Amino acid sequence: MKIKIIPFFIIILFLVFFGVFFKGLKNSNIYVPSYNFEKEIPSFTVSLFDSNNEINSDEIFNENKYYLMNIWSSWCVPCREEHQYLMELSKVKNLEIIGLNYKDNIANAKNFLDELKNPYSSIISDPDGLIAIEWGAYGVPESFLIYNKKIIKKIVGPLNDNLVIEISELIK
Amino acid sequence: MKYFKFFLIIIFVFIFQISNAVENDLGIKITKNLRCLICQGQSVYDSDSEFANSVKILVSQKLKEGFSEKEIYIFLKDKYGEWILYEPEFNKNTYFLWLLPVFMFLLGGAIVFKIFILKKN
Repeated sequence: MKIKIIPFFIIILFLVFFGVFFKGLKNSNIYVPSYNFEKEIPSFTVSLFDSNNEINSDEIFNENKYYLMNIWSSWCVPCREEHQYLMELSKVKNLEIIGLNYKDNIANAKNFLDELKNPYSSIISDPDGLIAIEWGAYGVPESFLIYNKKIIKKIVGPLNDNLVIEISELIK
Repeated sequence: MKYFKFFLIIIFVFIFQISNAVENDLGIKITKNLRCLICQGQSVYDSDSEFANSVKILVSQKLKEGFSEKEIYIFLKDKYGEWILYEPEFNKNTYFLWLLPVFMFLLGGAIVFKIFILKKN
């Protein structure tokens, strides 16, 4: 009787491990932080990009409008690709695009905007990347659609046709 | 008196160095316990990505503001979720993970007990 129990136990154990690892194979190993959409957007003091004036972030997001906060940088290649979509969205009436210039050289950033035009109604700068951390962002580009001081959609990575359509539908 | 002053200076220098070292060590310990979200599989301490460098700045800034180690973890967990911490929390997803070693230990103990102690009797 003892001899039969041990192989049986080993087979069961093997099957359990096989099941666990097989399931693990199919999981995505790219982690995207989850975001609590109930939370209010962070409040912080920040300096504006083209002047050294410091303002509180509450002054930026205070109107009854949709805001798209876009984290960008002149050294970021996908930002170049998504710029045309931002230009497209900047024509939408009910939407204001705020740029967060992430760890950038100001002269390079200005050249970038001269070359590709400026879709942002205002730009704040984040030389150390600390404001991006307040937002729970970890790379460029990243965009947040904000309404009523709450984030209603978070986009990691560059915008594309589908996302532009989705955003236009959300802000109707 | 001259010697006294000399010793006083030396003691001050050492105290200053020690306090500085403690703060740095804590910063290193914290960043080693944080997962870099861009280069997954590396800690923030090991990584040189833009994100990791920002987190390093943030940690040293928070330490200067008087945050404790735990408060920094809570702050980052609130922003990025539990994944950023290397130590998983004890919840329904991790029961197996946390309890398996205890279970193995008890099983091993039972085997040892059975083989060596019960047989001797």
